[in-house]
Amino acid sequence: MVATSHDVMPDIELYQPADEATALDLAARLGNEGWLLSGGQDTYGWLKDRNKTPAAMIELTQIDAWKGVKEIADGIEIGATTTLTEIANDPLIKSRYALLAKAASVVASPQIRNVGTLGGNLNQDARCWYYRRGLDCYRAGGNICYADSPEGLNREHALFGASRCVAVSPSDTAPALVALDATMVVSSASGQRLVPAQDYFVGPDRDIVNMTALNAGEILTAIRVPNTWANAEFYWEKVADRNVWDFALVSVAAVFRVSGNTIEDSRVACGAVECVPRRLETVENAIRGQQRSESTASSAGNLATDGARPLNYNHFKIPLMQNLVKRAIRG
Amino acid sequence: MAYMHIGKDFTPPDVPGKVTGRIKYAEDYTREGMVYARLLTSPIPHARVVDIDASEALEMEGVLGMLTADDCYPDGEPQSTGLKMLTNEPTLVGEPILAIAAVDEKTAETAISKISVTFERLPFVLDPLDSLQPDGADAYNGGNTFVFRQGFAEEKWSSDQVASFRAGNEPTAEPQQTVAYGDLEASFSESSYVYEGTFTNAGYPHMSMEPRSALAYWEDGKLYLHGGSQSLTAFADGIAGVIGVPKEDLVFVNAATGGGFGQRARAGSIPVYGVPAKLSQKINRPVMMRVTREEEFTIGGARQGLTGWIKVGFKPDGVMAACDLWIVSDNGGKGGGADAYSAADCISVLYQADAVRFRGTAIGTNTAHRGAQRGPGQNQIAPIISPILDVAADELGISRFDIRKINTPMNGDVGGPQRTPFTSAYMPEALELAAEKFGWEERQSRRRQTNGSKVIGLGIGQGYHNAGRSGMDGIVMMGADGRLKVHNGVGNLGTYSYASTSRAAAEVLKMPWERVDIITGRTDLHLPITSPQDGSNSIFTNTRTFYGAAQDMLAKMKEIAANDLGGAVEDYDISNERVHQISDETVGMTFAEVAARGIEIGGKYTGSAELPEELAEWTQIAVSRLAGTGFMGVFHDPQHEGNPPGFTVTCIEIELDKETGKYEILDLINVAESGTIMHPKGMENQLVGGAVWGIGLSGYERHLYDPQNGMPASTGYWQSKVPTYLDTPVKIQTGWVDLPDPENPVGARGVGEPAQGSVSAALTAAITDALDGHIFGASPITADMIINHVAGTTENSVPLAQNNFRG
Repeated sequence: MVATSHDVMPDIELYQPADEATALDLAARLGNEGWLLSGGQDTYGWLKDRNKTPAAMIELTQIDAWKGVKEIADGIEIGATTTLTEIANDPLIKSRYALLAKAASVVASPQIRNVGTLGGNLNQDARCWYYRRGLDCYRAGGNICYADSPEGLNREHALFGASRCVAVSPSDTAPALVALDATMVVSSASGQRLVPAQDYFVGPDRDIVNMTALNAGEILTAIRVPNTWANAEFYWEKVADRNVWDFALVSVAAVFRVSGNTIEDSRVACGAVECVPRRLETVENAIRGQQRSESTASSAGNLATDGARPLNYNHFKIPLMQNLVKRAIRG
Repeated sequence: MAYMHIGKDFTPPDVPGKVTGRIKYAEDYTREGMVYARLLTSPIPHARVVDIDASEALEMEGVLGMLTADDCYPDGEPQSTGLKMLTNEPTLVGEPILAIAAVDEKTAETAISKISVTFERLPFVLDPLDSLQPDGADAYNGGNTFVFRQGFAEEKWSSDQVASFRAGNEPTAEPQQTVAYGDLEASFSESSYVYEGTFTNAGYPHMSMEPRSALAYWEDGKLYLHGGSQSLTAFADGIAGVIGVPKEDLVFVNAATGGGFGQRARAGSIPVYGVPAKLSQKINRPVMMRVTREEEFTIGGARQGLTGWIKVGFKPDGVMAACDLWIVSDNGGKGGGADAYSAADCISVLYQADAVRFRGTAIGTNTAHRGAQRGPGQNQIAPIISPILDVAADELGISRFDIRKINTPMNGDVGGPQRTPFTSAYMPEALELAAEKFGWEERQSRRRQTNGSKVIGLGIGQGYHNAGRSGMDGIVMMGADGRLKVHNGVGNLGTYSYASTSRAAAEVLKMPWERVDIITGRTDLHLPITSPQDGSNSIFTNTRTFYGAAQDMLAKMKEIAANDLGGAVEDYDISNERVHQISDETVGMTFAEVAARGIEIGGKYTGSAELPEELAEWTQIAVSRLAGTGFMGVFHDPQHEGNPPGFTVTCIEIELDKETGKYEILDLINVAESGTIMHPKGMENQLVGGAVWGIGLSGYERHLYDPQNGMPASTGYWQSKVPTYLDTPVKIQTGWVDLPDPENPVGARGVGEPAQGSVSAALTAAITDALDGHIFGASPITADMIINHVAGTTENSVPLAQNNFRG
């Protein structure tokens, strides 16, 4: 039996470490029982409705080392607890990586962006309403997908990569970071590992429970954006039902190196069509060396949805995705 | 007419409290010994409670007691429509089964989690057409519909009839209700353009910002209930009966309400008031029950979804000859609502069709309970009919503005199946004003202009709601300080109508506004009965009562002056807070003096004698408690004649992107025709707020339930899709006609509801315009629908399904 909304916080331990080592030790010690808390925008709903019941929260926002934007040898490094508002307004990001600034600027609402962090936006859980409601779906440890069924309400769900679960990646910044070829800095008590953005997000075929490669005891502490695509030509667009609050129905993030009118190289990723940001390498290959024209855009748009498997209510995502890819290539 | 107060801006007395946060909403109150209640609600859409095991919960430290349906209804639950306080027969997910009281909410919530309820699952249904199938499930115990004075009953169609309707054809089943006037067949035969098609309107929840929380406690045999309502005395009058407390023993406290859109006007949200009241009585402690956002969704109610078929015929000159309307209404899990009939009434009023037939059937589904929501029926049909007018205009070679002028209601016309005459109607003036201020003609050159994938769409729409009632009471008082006290039971739902209506009394007595006190906010301040604050009626209804009460006080002032100072009553007038002889203004008394004299004389001057015989019971209690305490004017308002309409006209320009299905509203004007304008700032608020709602109705708001388990998917602001500030224009223009209505002493009529309908109509018309006249026959029209239309793709959806993405 599924509970209805409780909307009351349960008793829970709260840790507020002030330094990296303490936070990493706590994460290691608590493992899956420790809930990483940053802006809290993907926390309180779960906990108040008691659909997630961790033993403790580890608040990460007291640690200065995991905040802010700084230059590094190859690009920039963004602390994972930097707020989305800070990223949208950061002069360095706006001047070199406007794609990311734009993506961060359209997440949810100003209030949410003011407290929500980049790490939280990347690590947020699936927004499938069945899952959020606390139903016993595959992602919640059950053996059914309510959305991928003859009667399921699946207008916002996946076109690609379904494997038991058909939830999509809800993050606006994730496709931008995949397009920018960013690297995730994952820290733990035993050290640090670097994970390419494209590999950081995992689909249900690899892990039906988690949407990222983050393991228990690990913390996403920073995101590095290399110089490779700094000051490239960018295209970002998000289509959502409403212009505030809503997650994308489809989004596109694209970076281009263009010489004259010729596309020398590109990286293109779409959000909200798969459980991970969908990198469109076939599109990138098809347009490499091509003129940036309506014809190129049109054929690339059609190519973008090859293999799409629409559900009952999300057929519209196919022309929408095609159109957004076309628009990205048109520029 | 030159008024002292009418038509002037002012600062309503609750504004400082709202700006500073000092005003109190229900949740802001505390009481010594107060405990908290939480609800256990049904997780199943249709069930019977077989057993409740709360032993573990009740043994918890800090838990003070439990309330169940058996406590509330010891003789059995009433077998009727509407929410009950608590139930053992839930017919929707989220219906309250029991409540636990504890020292704090966390303890109560933890106790709830330890309660085991055994349910017997019953078949459920989410779409009225599914229920109409021969083997379709019934939403209620005893049927799928409720017949007035007969009870629950079962209504079934043949499978072919359901399939044919879903396929777009006129329903062939026998309707529950038929209302008609004119010769339909003859009128259609005169038509040179006939539109025929099916449509759906999504129901959607109220989503008031302030959930319906309440605090209840009993002292000295009286129930003190702090809550939020659209109405004050009308609500208290009703809820006293629901809880079973004598009217004279109920004190309802409600200084401010955080949004009310129909369902908070009357005592329909029974659990949120009944549960804390009954629980408080049972455990003898003050009980606060805060309502969650999701409970606000399930208890707060929703607009009815409509599934319909419409046929409209136009003569060669553009006159609407006939309209034939067949609607299956979604009555939700608890019944309620008469939106479908109002939809037909609206078409009859707004377009003055020669012949109209309405056929309707109301069917329950195991979804949120339904009832009136801003323009119930009128506002659902507005976005359906407006594009039909536009396509007809294009087919007949008439401008889209002219076809509305040709069919406009005006003074002397009648409207609705009852053919009721208007008290006044200045729709032609409203159309002209809106078109002129918007530059409608000048903008026609931009119509369907393209810029890449973007295209301009222009839309014009009209809104209507009956906007006035009568038969209520008014009380004004004055003490020896000469201040005017307006005892106002209207309620403070955020429109400032409680203050605007009070100004009618100030106007009669020519009182400076700073010398007027509005007595309101709690019923133990002795307030007269008013009509519930719904149906856009407050301004019309209550300016009549307060005007009348002030006239009574004025007459009494003149009587006292004439008696004490000589001369006849007719020899006296008032100015500058004095009653004086007309011929010699030095001969007179101040208001303070005349009030003191009235108190001294007593009798009818203080409400102790010669009261109007027709005063409502509620008013009689108030007057009896006020009697002798001050100089009183009291009035019972007789019934008015005719239909006082509230009209609006909206013009919109949008730029629609065919590649994304998104559009930007470039410009929007919302113009009112509602008699004399009482409070320009208040009017502007109504028109702007209505515009945002209209955008939501036509563009976004939805009511989703999962067909597999009957669970609601749109319980919060995210999934119900209320429009946001970036979905509305930066600037919404407003305007008003401002011509007086003869049935109101200050010329005023209401306008709240149509302010939404016309915007919804205009926006849908603009979308249709941008897409070369494609009629979706739906509200809302969402981005995916536009994308699919442009791309020629379709979804695997069930046609005309309610509580789904298309309805």
